[in-house]
Amino acid sequence: MTTKPERPRVLLVDDYPDAREMYTEYLEFSGFEVVEASNGMEALQRAVDSAPDIILMDLSLPVMDGWEATRRLKADKRTASIPVVALTGHALAGISEGAKRAGCDAFVTKPCLPEDLVKEIRRILDSSNRQSKGRRSGKYAKSVN
Amino acid sequence: MPRLRVAVEAEGDDVLEERAQLGARVRLLEGLVSRAEISDCAQFSLQWLGEALGLTQSICLTHPPGEPALYVVGAYGLRGPAVRSYALSLDDWTNPLVTTLANRKQIFYPTAHSAADRRRRPSTPFEDAAFHALPLAVSNLADEAIGLLLIGDEGPLPHELQWFMTIFSQKLDQILRQQSLVDGDRRQSRERSLLTSIINAVSDPILLTDTDGRLLIANARALTLFTAAEEESEGRRGAVRMNNMLLSSALSSKAIEETGAARRELLLVNPVDGSDLVFELLSTVTEDPRQGSGVVSILRNVTDLRRASEEIEDNYRKMRVAEAQARAESDRLNLIIDSVADPIVVTDAGGATSLMNEPAERLFTIPQRASEIEQRWVQANDAHFSSFIAGMLVSADQRRVGEIGLVDPATGESMPVEAIAGKILSDHGELTAVVTILHDRREALEKAKLYEQLKQASDELERKIQAATADIAQQNELLRRQAVELEQASVLKTQFLANMSHEFRTPLNAILGYTSMVLQGVGGPIEPPVRRQLGRIESNGRHLLTIINEILDISRIEAGRMPLQISKFKIPELIGEVRSELEPIILRSKLTVSVQFDKDLPPLASDRQKVKQILLNLLSNALKFTHHGSVTIKAATNGRDRSVALSVTDTGIGVAAGDQEKIFEDFRQLDTSTTRAYGGTGLGLSICRRLAQMLDGRIEVQSRVGKGSTFTLTLPVKGRR
Repeated sequence: MTTKPERPRVLLVDDYPDAREMYTEYLEFSGFEVVEASNGMEALQRAVDSAPDIILMDLSLPVMDGWEATRRLKADKRTASIPVVALTGHALAGISEGAKRAGCDAFVTKPCLPEDLVKEIRRILDSSNRQSKGRRSGKYAKSVN
Repeated sequence: MPRLRVAVEAEGDDVLEERAQLGARVRLLEGLVSRAEISDCAQFSLQWLGEALGLTQSICLTHPPGEPALYVVGAYGLRGPAVRSYALSLDDWTNPLVTTLANRKQIFYPTAHSAADRRRRPSTPFEDAAFHALPLAVSNLADEAIGLLLIGDEGPLPHELQWFMTIFSQKLDQILRQQSLVDGDRRQSRERSLLTSIINAVSDPILLTDTDGRLLIANARALTLFTAAEEESEGRRGAVRMNNMLLSSALSSKAIEETGAARRELLLVNPVDGSDLVFELLSTVTEDPRQGSGVVSILRNVTDLRRASEEIEDNYRKMRVAEAQARAESDRLNLIIDSVADPIVVTDAGGATSLMNEPAERLFTIPQRASEIEQRWVQANDAHFSSFIAGMLVSADQRRVGEIGLVDPATGESMPVEAIAGKILSDHGELTAVVTILHDRREALEKAKLYEQLKQASDELERKIQAATADIAQQNELLRRQAVELEQASVLKTQFLANMSHEFRTPLNAILGYTSMVLQGVGGPIEPPVRRQLGRIESNGRHLLTIINEILDISRIEAGRMPLQISKFKIPELIGEVRSELEPIILRSKLTVSVQFDKDLPPLASDRQKVKQILLNLLSNALKFTHHGSVTIKAATNGRDRSVALSVTDTGIGVAAGDQEKIFEDFRQLDTSTTRAYGGTGLGLSICRRLAQMLDGRIEVQSRVGKGSTFTLTLPVKGRR
């Protein structure tokens, strides 16, 4: 059982190390705790292990792609309530639709400047906190029990 | 009677003998007195001769007045049919007995002993035996003998026979006279009634008139014409009077003299029904010494004859008229037949030609001054036709259609004809004629040939068209395959571009990200020259990103993979977003950017993302190509066609009129130098125009070089669907 840290925890899933490193560096610089995963399978494990506040999910991933990983996260009671932001270099139409069907809560197209990504994360976390305070507290009550 | 008294007065032996003789005489006389019939008298007298005078064989013949012969009225001592049928013709003067009668002298024929004896004597019932022939006559009269008494006896005849002959002759004469008187009266009246019945039996009127025209004798038929009783009707009596007048005038001596016994016509009236009767009158003048001259007229009724003759004349006239009509009909028929262009031949039941029209004559009759070859052609035609007709005559078909190969004698050209023959039957179903119409098939065959050629040409054309069609189909198929291939290629291209774009973005993401981080001082503070150099990296990276995005957009539009997401949104909000996105550039440009809205702008139903993309493009262009002055964004409604006009007006470099279309083409900027001077891919306006068209809108430009430009996006208030 892990205790919830002061800083919001972000699970960053990306197979491209430079991008992962860059975002991690900037997110930590911006006051976030970052947990990394380089494929969908790993992402599922980390999401359960580290209970992140938000997941940044690249869609084109080895082993298990982002769409499948998102579907499984949303199907799992333990991770279903964690917001998932799809993060992809694919700009073709239908990609974002597919991502939403898989259960993503937001969609960000790469290239995305680190500061823009941080703005988006803050926006989603704020709105998520406002909208689902009761639900979250219910969840906690449930998990405590 | 006085003689009888004398005989009674005699006495003695002689007296006794005389007394016996007297008694015999008395017996004869008493017998004769009591008998009035001639044969009765004759038979009694001959018996008396035998008994009183001993003459055992005798025959009596008498001569009835007016008769040309003597007939047997009695016979004694002889029997048989030869005796009864024996007669003596007075006309036979070679018979000695006729001479005996004429001379009134008795004659004796002795027994015949030889053929010569027999030749000298007449044939009698006595045959060869001796006989006496004694004429019976009244001696004091000059009249001829009234009969003949034949007595078969060889010896001399007794004296007493003299007395008998006298008595018997007187008695016969008396009977014959009485008989002839009665016969005469009877005959006369019989003849008169016979005559009357004869003339009455004649159906023609017969008349005897005296010289004054008075009617003396008339037969029954004449009586109905010329006499009428008082009680008869006035009309009938009038007709009779009229007839008498007409007859009188016809019989006037003058008329008779003029015409003699010649036939004349007499018109009378039938008193029975008043109809006209026509008679032929034959009159003959008769001279009668006792009664004077008269006129015998015979009228022959010719009314029926006249009527019949008139009828015959009438019939004849009618026949002539009918004949004339028939001739006219025939002429007309001939005219019709001749006017038919097709040859027509009428053949009788024997196969002989009975009629043909002029076109047929040209085929089947040898023309005058025909050459030998022409004659042969005509003969050949005739033979072919005859054979056809012969076939028709023997067949049971009512109609027959056949083809005959004739030759046109005028040209020698082969002339196939279609022959249509029909039998004409009498009311009794007997074949009377065959009518054949020949139709020249040359034209039809020529047409058929032409048609065949045309058909061949048409078939050829059709084959060519089919070949061409097949070719086209093949090419279409090829094109279709090519299209599919192109489609696949296009899909591959789009896929490739998408992949490329992804591959471009991943490193570009890191470049732009790290640059941004360095500039933000994440790794520590940086010197101003480094900051300026990093700024160059950042702006070029962004430009590269724009190029990548625009290429992707074009390929997506071309591939039809740019789906529309229609929603309702407010225009001022959208413009605010556009403006704030470009705020850093606006600030840098130092231009005055203003926004003007119509008060009653309706919300727009369209693809918000794409409208925003267009406006971003237009506004960034305006900022890019304007060095000083202002940029104005306007939103106005057009109620007429329910559209909204979004325009961006600048005071920039402007676009020449000739170039105003070119700027919307792919990869176009006014010249390559502008690309270097202003950046951009040259794809922006091309994408804008395509997006506007997708949204059922349009983009137009109004510009003057050096003065500025206005780009106007016009969109329907309600977008597609």
